[in-house]
Amino acid sequence: MRPAVVVTGISGNLGRTLAKLLHKHERIIGIDRRPFLGRPKDVEMYELDLRKKKAEDVFRKNEVRAVIHMGIMHDPRMSEEEHHSFNVVGTTRLLEYCAKYGVKKVVVLSSANVYGPSPDNSNFLTEDAPLMAASRFSGVRDLIEVDMLAHGFFWKHPHIETVILRPVHIVGPTIKNAPSNYLRLRHPWMLAGFDPMVQLIHVEDVARAMVEALRPEPKGVYNVVGPGEVPLSAVMRELGNTPIPVPHPVARPLLGMLFKYRLANFPPPELDHIQFLCAVDGNRWVKDVDWKPRHSMRETIRSIQGD
Amino acid sequence: MLERLGDRVKKGLREWTDRLANDEQKERLHALARPQNEYGVDPFGYNLDFSLSAVAPFLWLYRNYFRVETFGIEKVPAGRVLLVSNHSGQLPLDGAMIGVSMMLEASPPRAIRSMVEKWVPSLPYVSTFMARMGQIVGTPENCRRLLESDEAILVFPEGQRGISKLWPQRYQLQEFGLGFMRLALETRTPIVPVAVVGAEEQAPALMDLKPVAKLLGFPAFPVTPTGLPIPLPTKYRIYFGDPMHFTGRPDDEDSELDKKVRTVKASIQSMLHQGLKERRGVFW
Repeated sequence: MRPAVVVTGISGNLGRTLAKLLHKHERIIGIDRRPFLGRPKDVEMYELDLRKKKAEDVFRKNEVRAVIHMGIMHDPRMSEEEHHSFNVVGTTRLLEYCAKYGVKKVVVLSSANVYGPSPDNSNFLTEDAPLMAASRFSGVRDLIEVDMLAHGFFWKHPHIETVILRPVHIVGPTIKNAPSNYLRLRHPWMLAGFDPMVQLIHVEDVARAMVEALRPEPKGVYNVVGPGEVPLSAVMRELGNTPIPVPHPVARPLLGMLFKYRLANFPPPELDHIQFLCAVDGNRWVKDVDWKPRHSMRETIRSIQGD
Repeated sequence: MLERLGDRVKKGLREWTDRLANDEQKERLHALARPQNEYGVDPFGYNLDFSLSAVAPFLWLYRNYFRVETFGIEKVPAGRVLLVSNHSGQLPLDGAMIGVSMMLEASPPRAIRSMVEKWVPSLPYVSTFMARMGQIVGTPENCRRLLESDEAILVFPEGQRGISKLWPQRYQLQEFGLGFMRLALETRTPIVPVAVVGAEEQAPALMDLKPVAKLLGFPAFPVTPTGLPIPLPTKYRIYFGDPMHFTGRPDDEDSELDKKVRTVKASIQSMLHQGLKERRGVFW
């Protein structure tokens, strides 16, 4: 049988988009705790938790040529302990198997959020900028840890081509992450007097980027930028939303209360993203794989509303 | 409703800009367009339309209030350049006036970028205003990126020490930071020394109420004869010096960099002395 590409977190929105893109060219083995709805027949599926011993069987029984790791959970309502264990222990195990069974290529999906929004950020952060997100929002600590684990793996195993992708805010018709959910609100909050530049990328472009990462050339850490940057207010106008300006000293405590009583699903530190800059420089990726997003800025923004 | 009000203000200001500028200047202002995306902004958030509206009050100040005169603006070279100036007057109007002069009188006209303090992005409205006008947080990475794309950048190496100095220290340059020299060496950027005469008297500060500043989170809280630092209609004279080219290692010891910085400082100081000698008075 052909060597396979293992994809973790394949049952999510991004995973399904990737599987549809890749299954005609590669033999795919999916790993996820959730069932894969609408799975193409040629995708083999293991419904299991990466932390379980059984996950090693996937590597023992199959020749694996590459791993794409997207099995990272971001759910502000999940207990921090479970979150941390799933993300960090899961990634550690997976990287162990990659080293042990001689996988040649490892692609880890991180996020440009690891840098964190802050008033003293440079306009465009390069890959060597410090990962400061947890200094203001401890909830993202494990995402940074996953990024660092992959980074450490990259240095420890020079013969394995490790690629860490840090895409900007992923949006798409069925995506349910914080930025998409926020932009889907009819009357979203904006912080009065703040209108930071934001970067969005279409989910299909992220899936394409992961396919590109399987090529032999890219190695190391890459920021992945979509069609560019726009003011948050322009995104709102394009979507026809009517934002409510909220003074920032009030917004934090108010959102804190709403979150506590489950009237809002955004933890208060997320407000930093609509107050300060967290924009990245994607030139390294553009240069190394000749990257061009397929979706224009307008298409990317409109995709949030669905078809 | 707020948005409609904002649009009306913007339109009014834009008409004011058009009234203040003659035809030739209008053409020059429109020539400042930068590559923009379909939402009218460049990657840094600069918006020409917004800038042309927002510049109106500054044009008025330039023409009618401070009656700015420039000397030697033709010395500013094309391509990447660092304009290094003295800083004074409690409110950063000296920066705005240098900016307007580069738009109206330099050829080709240039929209300069200035590097703003790191606390500016945490101020509501001010942060957005600055970004749409093309002003950027003063990190070395930002500065490097802009110089590499051949932009003109205004720096005040005295920083806060300069702008909030008190009346007795007027026209005495405060300690210069070294960062601009490091960037100039690294990116091989010529430095044009700039001296602003007039701004130093616009808001004579008698004392700086440090505890109040601390309480409000301001860098300084000056007390002037009028109470607030409202600028007086002093006459501005802006002197541009000959471009200076430096060579050397950007990671040299501070003492070595300091020698180079001192030559820039000396050139600004001598232009200040010259300007003070030439003028007939503070207000005319």
